[in-house]
Amino acid sequence: MTIVFSLFLLSMLVLVAVAVLRTDNLFTAVMLSGVFSLIMAANFFVLDAADVALTEAVIGAGISTVLFLGALALTSEQDRSPPVGSWVPLLTSSALGGVIIYAVMQAPRLGDPNAIVHMHVAPWYLEKTPELIDVPNVVTAVLASFRGYDTLGEVFVVFIACIGVMSLLGRVRPRRETISEETFSKQSRNLRHHLIPRVVGKMLIPFIVLFGLYVQFHGDFGPGGGFQAGALVAAGIILYALLEGDTRARQLVPEWFSSVLVALGAFTYASVGVACMVMGGRFLDYSVLDPHDAIHGQHLGILLVEAGVGMTVAGVMITIFHAFARRGIR
Amino acid sequence: MEILGLYNYVVFAVLLMVGLYCILARTNIVKSIIGLSIFQSAVFLLYISMDKVDGGTAPIIQPGAPADTIYANPLPQVLILTAIVVGISTTALALAVAVRIKEAYGTIEEDKIQEMDREL
Repeated sequence: MTIVFSLFLLSMLVLVAVAVLRTDNLFTAVMLSGVFSLIMAANFFVLDAADVALTEAVIGAGISTVLFLGALALTSEQDRSPPVGSWVPLLTSSALGGVIIYAVMQAPRLGDPNAIVHMHVAPWYLEKTPELIDVPNVVTAVLASFRGYDTLGEVFVVFIACIGVMSLLGRVRPRRETISEETFSKQSRNLRHHLIPRVVGKMLIPFIVLFGLYVQFHGDFGPGGGFQAGALVAAGIILYALLEGDTRARQLVPEWFSSVLVALGAFTYASVGVACMVMGGRFLDYSVLDPHDAIHGQHLGILLVEAGVGMTVAGVMITIFHAFARRGIR
Repeated sequence: MEILGLYNYVVFAVLLMVGLYCILARTNIVKSIIGLSIFQSAVFLLYISMDKVDGGTAPIIQPGAPADTIYANPLPQVLILTAIVVGISTTALALAVAVRIKEAYGTIEEDKIQEMDREL
């Protein structure tokens, strides 16, 4: 049964990707790529990757679609590519596909327990997590503790990308003429005049934010953690901005607050690492945080680090959304 | 049955092809960025396909679970989990560049931008 389901999902993925490629309307393409992400998330879930499925559903289907739409509002909705005249793109991509299909014919089949990926370090993580870290979710343990360096690096990549977007779009060009309040409310893109999305959407926001907080603090025990939680909270605030307009959303979460959140999260993560060094351990070795109980130290470290990740991700997503949205209202 | 076990990898290859074709054949910058994100998702699918173990479950060790429970490989999941978030940030950066190009040139079609550059 599962195999039928997964074959169906994978075939849908290919169909949707081809549909994205074929359409000339960018709005359609963006909507279809949201569908693509949602099917991809279902696929990840079938493949036993609950954490990744949650992340892909929030980020791929939710936030990414909104960002693309924001960019479309500022550019154009029509893809005016001329008809493809040369065979080079088709030949290049077919050659790449051919080589890869030839290569994967020798790959271990799906679910093979003797595949090389399952031989090296992964069994060690599964075996030692209950003993050394004692959190049920092994993904969280590897993410925040065993491979904390990687995650720190990734948090800083997100941080730097946010600085890049802010420096590209942050400074608003001077308004050419002053707009009256009436035309402003006409121009501002929001759903204030559509009753049903507004009422239903507003009812959903507290639950989205609450679920975000649950995912943040329950990430040690179930699927979740800082990355998903940050994205969920940001999605709740972006939904508010879509319903009520960006100006109102910036009153709810002021811009200085989301910028501070971005920096504070990365700072929290790095300073937990430094605190470990000060207390006599190595960088990001949380065991020393509690001198009496190494496992409790690990729990404390993971909690703080995940909080830092959550703050940075939420801050970055909200800041990037505001940067696009504010550029639209000129 | 042998080919069914490789179906994930074939889909990965096809998605890579679609993504690459979209980047190369379309001159619209936003469309190219969408193609790039399809390409990226294909790579995510490859990694997550590798973590599956027959009869396994998500790598969350519940207290009281039988000792012989099989868990999926957590390592690819960690890599892709963070890669998705990094992916959206870099996509946002690319879209920001596209917006600035539109403001500077009035278009996001690569061929028109090249024409304008040659005229200068």
